[in-house]
Amino acid sequence: MITMPTDERSLTFLDEVVADAPGAERIVHCMQCGSCSGSCPNGPDMEYTPRTLFGLIAAGQRDRVLSANTMWCCVSCYACTTRCPQNIPITEIMYALKRLSLREGLTAKTDAPALARTFTGLLEKYGRSFEFGLASRYYLFNKPMAMLKLGPLGLSMFTRGRMSLVPAKIRQLDQLHAIIKKARELGGTA
Amino acid sequence: MAEKVGIYVCHCGSNIAGMVDVEEVARWAGANIRDVAVSRDYKFMCSSLGQQMIQDDIKNEGLNRVVVAACSPHLHEKTFRRACEDAGLNPYLFHMANIREHVSWVAKDEAAATERAKAQVAAAAERVKLQQPLKPMEVEVNPATLVVGGGIAGLQATLELADAGYPVYLLEREPSIGGHMAQFDKTFPTLDCSACILTPKMSEVGQHENVTMFTYAELEEVTGSVGNFKVRLRKKARYLNEELCTGCGVCSEKCPKKVVDDVFEVGLGHRKAIYTPFPQAVPRYPVIDTESCIWFQKGKCRACEKICPTGAIDYDQEDEIVELEVGNIILATGWKMFDCRKISQYGYGRLPNVFTSMEFERMCNAAGPTGGKIVLRDGKTEPEAIAIIHCVGSRDVNHNPYCSNVCCMAALKFGHLVLEKTSADVYSCYIDMRTPSKDYEEFYQRLLGEGMHFVRGKVAEVTDAGRVPFEHGKLIVQVEDTLLGRQRRIPVDMVVLMGALEPQADAKEMGRKCGISCSASGWFTERHPKLDPVATMTDGVFVAGVCQGPKDIPASVAQGAAAAARVQGMITKGMVTIEPIVASVDEERCSGCRICNALCPFNAIEFDDQKQVSRVITALCKGCGTCVAACPANAIAGAHFSFDQISAEIAGALWDALSDDGAPAGTQSPTETVA
Amino acid sequence: MKYAYFPGCSLECSSAAYDVSVRKVAELLGIGLAELDDWNCCGATEFFSQDELVACSVVARNLALVDPGIDQLVAPCAACYLNLKKTDHLMTEDAGMNAKISEALSAGGLSYQAGRVHVRHLLDVIYTDVGEAAIREKVKRPLTGLRVAPYYGCQVVRPLDGFDDTEHPVKLDELFTWVGAEVVDYPLKTHCCGGHMTQISEPQAFELIRRLLDSAVDRRADMILCMCPMCQLNLDAYQRQVASHFHTRFDMPIVFFTQMLGIAFGLEPKELGFGKEIVGAEPVIRAKLESTASTSTA
Repeated sequence: MITMPTDERSLTFLDEVVADAPGAERIVHCMQCGSCSGSCPNGPDMEYTPRTLFGLIAAGQRDRVLSANTMWCCVSCYACTTRCPQNIPITEIMYALKRLSLREGLTAKTDAPALARTFTGLLEKYGRSFEFGLASRYYLFNKPMAMLKLGPLGLSMFTRGRMSLVPAKIRQLDQLHAIIKKARELGGTA
Repeated sequence: MAEKVGIYVCHCGSNIAGMVDVEEVARWAGANIRDVAVSRDYKFMCSSLGQQMIQDDIKNEGLNRVVVAACSPHLHEKTFRRACEDAGLNPYLFHMANIREHVSWVAKDEAAATERAKAQVAAAAERVKLQQPLKPMEVEVNPATLVVGGGIAGLQATLELADAGYPVYLLEREPSIGGHMAQFDKTFPTLDCSACILTPKMSEVGQHENVTMFTYAELEEVTGSVGNFKVRLRKKARYLNEELCTGCGVCSEKCPKKVVDDVFEVGLGHRKAIYTPFPQAVPRYPVIDTESCIWFQKGKCRACEKICPTGAIDYDQEDEIVELEVGNIILATGWKMFDCRKISQYGYGRLPNVFTSMEFERMCNAAGPTGGKIVLRDGKTEPEAIAIIHCVGSRDVNHNPYCSNVCCMAALKFGHLVLEKTSADVYSCYIDMRTPSKDYEEFYQRLLGEGMHFVRGKVAEVTDAGRVPFEHGKLIVQVEDTLLGRQRRIPVDMVVLMGALEPQADAKEMGRKCGISCSASGWFTERHPKLDPVATMTDGVFVAGVCQGPKDIPASVAQGAAAAARVQGMITKGMVTIEPIVASVDEERCSGCRICNALCPFNAIEFDDQKQVSRVITALCKGCGTCVAACPANAIAGAHFSFDQISAEIAGALWDALSDDGAPAGTQSPTETVA
Repeated sequence: MKYAYFPGCSLECSSAAYDVSVRKVAELLGIGLAELDDWNCCGATEFFSQDELVACSVVARNLALVDPGIDQLVAPCAACYLNLKKTDHLMTEDAGMNAKISEALSAGGLSYQAGRVHVRHLLDVIYTDVGEAAIREKVKRPLTGLRVAPYYGCQVVRPLDGFDDTEHPVKLDELFTWVGAEVVDYPLKTHCCGGHMTQISEPQAFELIRRLLDSAVDRRADMILCMCPMCQLNLDAYQRQVASHFHTRFDMPIVFFTQMLGIAFGLEPKELGFGKEIVGAEPVIRAKLESTASTSTA
C-alpha cells in the first residue's frame, strides 16, 4: 500500500489545476463513479485511470499526478466528458495537466511532449503543419530505429501524392508571429 | 392619546449581538423614537423569561404596542403574539423586526449593521403604532377528504381516515387502484409478495363504507380553501354500466382485439381493447380503450356487448363531471420511470436484451407476461449472466441530480430473484451501495452471501460489439471496477437498468390546480423538508409518498398515515383558524370596474350585481395584496397592511434621512447627537 | 449559399482526396465555398497541450480572417472543426480569455467578435442546409447494394453537441440511405481511432484501429466512410501494419464520405481523389460502377 503524505504545498494543487482549465472547478463534485475511466479507449494503458487521477488531485498528490502518464495517453476523444454525470470537463483538465507537467518538468517517460513540441515548432515556422518535416524530425530525435519501419508507409504516401517534401507556408507569417508573441506575454508559458 | 410602545432587542446569544451592538440599539430606540415607554435588550427574548419580561411590562407599564427585534417572524412571531395575548394585549398589536437574518447574518461591518438594526427597529415601531387589533376568523372544516392517487401512500391515508369514521373520496387516474406496487413481484427487504400485502388494503378500501372511489377519473379543478374546497372531477367513460357489471371478465376473454399493454405490463405483455389492468383490480369493472377498440375505430364488432351476461356494455356512455365538497386534500400521485432511451450508450430500445427495472419486475412476477420466468426478449432463452446497472438517470446533472432512494435495494432484490430462479451469474454495477433503513444493510449482506457479484463503477457503455471470440453474441458491459482501478468488460446476456424515479409528467399542472408548488426537480414542495414533510404552504393541501420525493414503501406508508393524522386533527377540532390578514372593499369608493376580480389569484373576490360593487370573500382571501395595489380608486384596504402603516414603516426606516434639522423624523429632540 | 471554407493542413496534402471531393460535391450541390485567404494551421491537439492562450489565439486568427460578409465557416476536418468551434465558444463564455485572445489578435492587426462566425461541419451543411430532397434529386448512381459503415469518429460529435446525438449519431447514416446505400449498423461508429497515438505508442493505437476494422468486417461492410482525415489516415495508411501486428488480414477500403457522395452523384472516381487511398477502393468502386451501368436508366 502506498502511503501518501499530505504536505502544505499540495493543498493548493487543486487550485492550480482549477486555475489552468476553464470549468475545472467542477472537479470537486467528482463522486468517483468511474464512468470516465470506463469510457476511455486508452484507459487500460494508463498507470492511473482518469478517475484515480482526480482522486489523487483531491488528495493533493501533485508530484504523482504531474508525473503520471495518464494525460499523455489522452487522445481528446471526449467520451469521458460527454458521459460524466457531474459535467466535469475531463478532457480540458487533461490538457491542463499536460501543460502543468511540462511547466514543472515532471513529465512521464513518453514521446508525446516531443511530438507536441515538434508539431508546434513547425507550425510557428510555417503557419502550417508539415507532415514530412514532423515525421522526420520527431522520429530522428526520439526514436530513430522506428523510422526504418515507417519507410514503406512514407513511400506509399509520397507516391500517392499524400506527402510533400516541401513545406507549405502562409504569407503573413509576421502577423502570426506577432499574435503568438503577444499571447505568450499574456499567458506566460511555452 | 399616544401609544405606549415596548421595544425589546434580542441578543440571540451571539447570533445578533456578535455583529449588532444590541445595547446601543435598545438605548437609541428609547432615546429617539417617539412614544416608546420601555426599551430593553435581552439575551434570549424567546425564552420564558424573555416573554415574561414583555408580559410584566404590558401589565406594569401599560404597554399597548410591542416590538421585538430578533430573528425571523417565521420562527417566533407566533411565540410573541401568544405572549401578548396571554397578558391581555391583542396579538396583532405586536410587530417583529428581523435583525438576525436581515441584518446580523448578512452584514460584514459591525457599525453598518448596528445602523441598519436601528432603522429596522424604528420602522417596526412607527408601524406598530398604527396597527389595529384584529380577530382571527374561524372556519368550519368539512369532514370529507379528497385523496388523489390510489397507490400505497394514498391507500394508507384513505384507510386511516375512513377507519376513523370520516368520509373519503379516493381519486385514481388508472382503471384500478394499487399504483406501482401492484406491478412489483417481491418487496425488499422482507421479500413479501407485493400483491399479497397490497391487495388486502385495496380490498378494504374498495369495500369500505366511508370510502367513495372514483377510478379512471381525473382532477379538473379545485377552488376554495382549507376546510372548504370544491373539487371538480371528470369520470372518464368506461363504456359500461357499473351497476350491472359483475366483473366476470367474459368480455375481455372474447374481445378479438389484442394490443400491447404499455402501462401495467410496461410494453412486455398484452391486453385486450376491453380490459382490467390486472386480475386483482379494484374495482373489477373493465374499461374500453377507444383507441384500440374495433367498434370505436371502425364501426364493427361489438362482441363484448353480445357476450355480456348482464347487458352492462354501453357504447354511448359519456364522461361524467362530479362536483364534491371536501375539507382537505391529500396528494399521493406517485411517480413515473425515467425514459432510459435518453442514455443511449446503455442501448435501451436498440439492443433487445436491455430491460428497465419495471420491465424486469413484470418479468419476475408470476402473474406477469412470462409467467415469472426470467428470459430474454425472445421469450424463451434463459440468460447465463445478468448485469444490473444502478443510477440510470439518477445522480446525473445531465438528467436528474438526485438519488432515487430505492434502486440499490431493488437491485439487490433483483439479484436475489435471479439467484433464486435461475443458475445465472448476476452483477451489480453501482457507484455507492445505499442501504440505510431498517434491515437494509442486512439485506445487502444476505446478497453478498448468496453470491451476487458487485462491481463498483458506473457503467460506461453496453455494447454488442465483441472484441474477442468469447464476447461474440453477448452484451458487453464496459465499466471501470474502481476498487481495482481497472477497466473491465463483462459479457452478459441481459442488462437491467435501474431507471430513476421521476415526478409524474403532469405534476406541475396538478400542483397548480391545488395551489402548491414543485421543487426544481419537479417533486411537490413540502412546508419544511425536515420538520413538516407532509404539509404544504397551502393550508388544507397535504402530500404523501413519492410525489413529495423518492422514497420506499415504508416511508410512503408512514407519510400517508401522517397526512391522514394531520387531516384528522383538523376534522376533530372542527374549525380552522384563518389569519385575519385579509382585504376588504370600501363599497362607497368602489366604482365597480372589476379589475380586482380577474387579478385575484385565489378567486376570492365576487361581484354584487345589484349593488355593482366587488366584495372580498374573506374565507378565501390570503391577504396577498394584489387587489389592494391594483384598485384604481384605492377602494380596497388590506388589513394589517394599510397604506398608512406601510408609509410609517418606510418613514421609520429612513429615520436619518427625513428631517431638515437632522433630527430623525418622529423623534424627540435628542439630548445627544445621533449619527 | 455562401460559406467560408477552412480546408485545414491535412486536406492540403495527406487527405487531398477529401478536399478534392468536398469541392466537387459542394459545387454540385450549390454550396458556395470561399476558401479562407491565408489561413493557418489550427494546431490540432498539440498546441493545447502546451499553452491554452497561444493555442486559442492561433485558432482565433482564422476566425478573424473570415470575410465580414460571411458568417458561416465550414471545416471538413474534425480537429479543425472542434478547435474553431471550441475557441469561439470559449471566447463567448469566458470574458477573461476573450480579452486576452483579442489583445493577442490585435497585436497582429486583427480582431474577432466572439460568436459572430458559426462554425459548421461539412456533414451538417450537407444534411441540414442542402437537405434530403435536394440530395435525392442529384443521385445518378444509387449506391444500391453497397454496404457502408458510417464512421463518425470523436471530435465532430463530441463534446460540443450540435447537430447530432453525441452517443448515437445518425445523420451520416441517413444521408447515405438517401443516396441508396445499404448502411450497416456499425456499433463502433463513435469510437476513437487512436488519433496521434500511432506516433507515440503503436501497440495501443493499433488495438484501437484493429477493433474498428474488425467490427466493420464483422458487419460485412464493403467500406468504411470517414469524415475526419486522422481517422482515414489511421484506418487506411496503417491498415497493413495493424494486420501484420495481429497476424491477420484486412482489406477494407477507407473512404471519405464526400468521395462516395460524388460517385452517387455521377462523378468519376478520378475527379474524387480515388487512387490516393493505400488500401485500394478501386475494386469495390469498379464493381459498383459496372453494376449501375448495366441497370441504370437515370
